Amino acid sequence: MFDVQGLTHFFGGLKAVADFNLRLKGGELVGLIGPNGAGKSTIFNLICGLYNPLEGRIEIEGKNLRGLRPHQITARGVARTFQNIRLWPNLTVLDNLRIARHYKLGYGLLDTLLKTPRLSRAEGDIKETALEMQRILGLEKYSQEQVRNLPYGVQRKVEIARALMTRPKLLLLDEPAAGMNLQEKDELIDLIRWIRKEFQLTIWIIEHEMRLVMTLCEFIQVLDFGEVIAQGKPEEIQNNPQVIEAYLGKEDM
Amino acid sequence: MMRRPLIFLGTPLFLLIIGLSWSGWLDSYTQLILLFIGVNIILSSSLNLINGNMGEFSCGHAGFMAVGAYVTSLLSVWFFTDSSPFGPNLFSPQWAVFLFPFLLVIGGLAAALAGLMVAIPSFRTRGDYLAIITLATSYIIKSAIENIQIIGGARGFMGMKRVINGMEEFVNVPWMMIWTCISVALTLMMIQRFITSTYGKGIMAIREDEISAEIMGVNTQKIKMVAFMFSSGLAGIAGGLFAHILGYINPGSFTILKSTEVMVMVYLGGMGSLSGSVLSAVFLTVILELLRPLQVLKWVIVPLLLFLLMLFRPEGLLGHRELTDVFPGLRRLVGRREKDSD
Repeated sequence: MFDVQGLTHFFGGLKAVADFNLRLKGGELVGLIGPNGAGKSTIFNLICGLYNPLEGRIEIEGKNLRGLRPHQITARGVARTFQNIRLWPNLTVLDNLRIARHYKLGYGLLDTLLKTPRLSRAEGDIKETALEMQRILGLEKYSQEQVRNLPYGVQRKVEIARALMTRPKLLLLDEPAAGMNLQEKDELIDLIRWIRKEFQLTIWIIEHEMRLVMTLCEFIQVLDFGEVIAQGKPEEIQNNPQVIEAYLGKEDM
Repeated sequence: MMRRPLIFLGTPLFLLIIGLSWSGWLDSYTQLILLFIGVNIILSSSLNLINGNMGEFSCGHAGFMAVGAYVTSLLSVWFFTDSSPFGPNLFSPQWAVFLFPFLLVIGGLAAALAGLMVAIPSFRTRGDYLAIITLATSYIIKSAIENIQIIGGARGFMGMKRVINGMEEFVNVPWMMIWTCISVALTLMMIQRFITSTYGKGIMAIREDEISAEIMGVNTQKIKMVAFMFSSGLAGIAGGLFAHILGYINPGSFTILKSTEVMVMVYLGGMGSLSGSVLSAVFLTVILELLRPLQVLKWVIVPLLLFLLMLFRPEGLLGHRELTDVFPGLRRLVGRREKDSD
């Protein structure tokens, strides 16, 4: 369903990502880990069109994603969250969710200015969807709150809700547990599992924190200096000497 | 029907103003100020779309106003009067009554096209750099007009009064007051619809975080283009009205000073607040007239006002809020729901 082959990117002379491959059938929950600056977020940025990769192929359901603008990639079914939350802080939760339907409004400027029945119908649908999303994620009570006034954990949740509003097939979560306490992390694990079942999603997580990835993911890739140094099931990764070295450093003997 | 009391409040107000002007209860000086208030409302609420809702800093609004003013005036003088550059009139002057609104719209469309000069660079740059581009655009427009001799160059262009006289000879009602009231009503209605729709809220997402807007599916280039063209198009319509109210325009009327005046209105009223823009357009136009006897001192007092505003209330009188948020009691009267009207 989702296929990345030979993804390579340079920043100036620096090799950020080298020959990255990933093939997903659909429905998996996979993880990407690695030390700081290994190129994890760069891979997400390449997938969602923020950077244009130097080489490689990115496809979803047989359709090319490479070279498209980010909003077109969203329209093809890839949504993401950000490492440092990037909601629209001065807008309400409801508006944050509604705007995520922008790529598929079903009306245009003229409908807006003339207030055609098409507009009312589409806006009704959008609001319905947004309210439903708030309800299932337990965000109703924040509906009219400006996002910047919400607690951190709730903002994370709103960001996931916003990504889900685009009806993705593939959801990219960039360090979803960053800045969370233990209890919030446990809730997040449940939430991710539940979302995956509820929305029939393929989820790809970048994470710094080992425990979260190990409990959640079925398949893990470890990135170091832009290259995949190990991949496999969580238990295989846990005991891989190269991974331990990348994370803890080599012991000089 | 009762869900839209704004129309029920606005229509009688406009009818009253038109009626009073017609019957002669309002002297021509008061009428002139009311007309300028109308023009300024269109200008400030359309600039607010860019500076307030989209969070860009456009300081060339007068340039687009100039495009609309010149295009509408040239067409109306060409069509309806016997003038020196264009020769005899194409249509009989009575036709102006029916065709004038179309000329206003054509002026607006021309200004919207000029808006592309800002919209396209905005794909690649923003903030201060885009502000410089808007400034440059307004200078390009101004010096282009100054150098086209056939439309009067720096001397300006006139003859619009005769068009209006032609209309008034045909049916004796205060035509400019009517066109202005209709334009103001339609402008406010369109802007309100735009910024409350999910489509229009895309520009607020750009203000808040452009990259995440693009990644969450907002076609930022397209919506920026729409917003800039919409805003400059409305400025063009305001320009067309302005030209026909005064009956004379010259490039000197559309300098940075005029842009600044509109910007002051937007910032005074509060960024991103439609009702704020309307209120401050009314307030500032009246203040500027009242201070006219002070002559030069006026240009000390008005900037001082802005100075104090920026020190004590930098977000403007109604920053990002509408009147109904400040006085919730109004909501019953106006019948609007929360900020997310739908």
